Amino acid sequence: MKKGRFGGFGGQFVSEALMGALGELEEAFQGFGNDPAFLSSLESYLAEFAGRPTPLTFCRNLSQDLGCRVYLKREDLLHGGAHKLNNTLGQALLAKFMGKKRLIAETGAGQHGVATAIAGAVLGLPVEVYMGEVDIERQRPNVFRMELMGAKVIPVSSGTRTLKDAVNEALRDWAASVGETHYLLGSVVGPHPFPLMVRTFQSVIGKETRAQILEREGRLPDAILACVGGGSNAIGIFHPFLQDSVRLIGVEAGGEGIESGHHGASLCAGSPGILHGALSYLLQDPDGQVLSTHSVAAGLDYPAVGPEHSMLKDTGRVEYTSVTDREALEAFALLSRKEGIIPALESAHAIARLAKMAGEFGRDDIVVVNLSGRGDKDLAEVARLRGGI
Amino acid sequence: MTRIGEVFQTLDRPAFIAYLVAGDPDRAGFLAAAQAVIEGGADILEIGMPFSDPVADGPTIQRAHTRALAGGMTVDGFFDSIRDVRRFSEIPILLMVYCNTVHRRGVERFYREAVAAGADGMLIVDMPPEEGERAVRAARVTRLDQIFLAAPSTSDQRLEQVLQSTSGFLYLASLLGVTGARERLSDEAGTLIRRVRPRTRLPLAVGFGISRPEHATALRDAGADGIIVGSALVRLVEEHARDPGHMAREIHGFVTGMRGALEG
Repeated sequence: MKKGRFGGFGGQFVSEALMGALGELEEAFQGFGNDPAFLSSLESYLAEFAGRPTPLTFCRNLSQDLGCRVYLKREDLLHGGAHKLNNTLGQALLAKFMGKKRLIAETGAGQHGVATAIAGAVLGLPVEVYMGEVDIERQRPNVFRMELMGAKVIPVSSGTRTLKDAVNEALRDWAASVGETHYLLGSVVGPHPFPLMVRTFQSVIGKETRAQILEREGRLPDAILACVGGGSNAIGIFHPFLQDSVRLIGVEAGGEGIESGHHGASLCAGSPGILHGALSYLLQDPDGQVLSTHSVAAGLDYPAVGPEHSMLKDTGRVEYTSVTDREALEAFALLSRKEGIIPALESAHAIARLAKMAGEFGRDDIVVVNLSGRGDKDLAEVARLRGGI
Repeated sequence: MTRIGEVFQTLDRPAFIAYLVAGDPDRAGFLAAAQAVIEGGADILEIGMPFSDPVADGPTIQRAHTRALAGGMTVDGFFDSIRDVRRFSEIPILLMVYCNTVHRRGVERFYREAVAAGADGMLIVDMPPEEGERAVRAARVTRLDQIFLAAPSTSDQRLEQVLQSTSGFLYLASLLGVTGARERLSDEAGTLIRRVRPRTRLPLAVGFGISRPEHATALRDAGADGIIVGSALVRLVEEHARDPGHMAREIHGFVTGMRGALEG
């Protein structure tokens, strides 16, 4: 198998200017990834600063209603309010060990931008975040958070003015600044070694879940659900269970319905294509032009997906499915009311899927949902959609 | 020898390679611009296939891609544009495309269609040689030149790989970053020419950021075998999109000036 490939997916489809930087990053990741000083420093940031391990919460009310044993992996309780910090602390620390002087990042919902701003602030590295104008408009509080922590938010006005275009601008910046700058990519997408590196940093979610459920229930869960945009929270919780007989279910953004054409379901409705340096499932037209996407959850509003997810779809190891905006909004309300936990709209997709498929599970079946983020950032948008508070 | 190779062999000055985006601002406007470029004295015409996400390009060429796509440019239309040029000119034509366009069409089919339309070479800007085995094979089968880039950040080790995969000429990116006209020529261009020259017999053509006659002269003096100008031309297309006659005159004048700076 070629370097950086997941089955036939992945690769390094980038301009020549970036090849040197990717080689340097791969070497550093392999080197420091086994370096005790790096690993103990990361572990201490994750524990003392980020708040790991996050709890695994048994949901009594939801379990009763849905007829199975429902647990939530509480990445919403991680510092910053989402799983993103696992990756940004890892990469920012790596950048520091590499001697880089500046971090750049892309962001959609703003969660990765916030997590990069946090990591940059605590590690003393300046941060610049590319963010589409559309996303800036619908995620105002996160823009303010980033700026409070000293990050500069650069509006992106090209293309569809969302996450995809923010990645384009970050890649353009990096091509011109590779010597001093680390591009802190936020998901398991992009050219090798990003999908492998981000998975490594996010796998802490699945490792903890495994230990916690074994302690609590004495056995592995029957199913695990997670939402999939680029796919970092999903791969993070799935990866440590790939060799076990646990049903793994990835939930994509169905938007206004797959048949409407307005969605972000690359795995469910896309075909293999190359975007942002990797071959993966992609929403594209017959000429290979990338289609614009739609989701009520900005973090799922992305036309491609991680190459490893693409492979896991083809091998059939993971089931990929989608729920609509409407179903996600209902799940947002459901979890808030039943359990007192307001989920991110992204994570609400996984809850919605569970609510839809609950009949497939028996009373003693154990189901874990990765609650990848909290919903505070979405309150204004949800209120607007409901016609005002 | 290919038509692209012959250009470098027969000229006693650096070649002028002009880049335009197919369908920019529309099919007829592109053709007028191509005609002006050729009549102004370009030696090789590089034609870009517009892509929704042109990551290697700066704002000027990004806007050209957007205009062309908004005007309905397709892969079929791209090949038609090449045929349009072939009706009046035998100028060597190099295609500059993004990888997904080729992948989606099917590598072998894309190369066959390119040759049938009259192309002489292929540059896939987001495909380094590491990912290019199939494309290089398709280029050999169809006798197209496969052009790769070297950048100031390309290591000596990778340079060997780039040189082994390239035919026709080597594209030297004068700077790190994206395409786009710059006021000043990057100092790194000369350094890169001196570094690559002893390692290959391939002609060396320099692109990125070249917009003025004095840049052309400086690169000639630095030993370049060719210069590639894109954004400065695309900007003229943009400025005069509504008046193709005026656009053609402006482009003709610009190309003549750049060509003149390469002579003497």
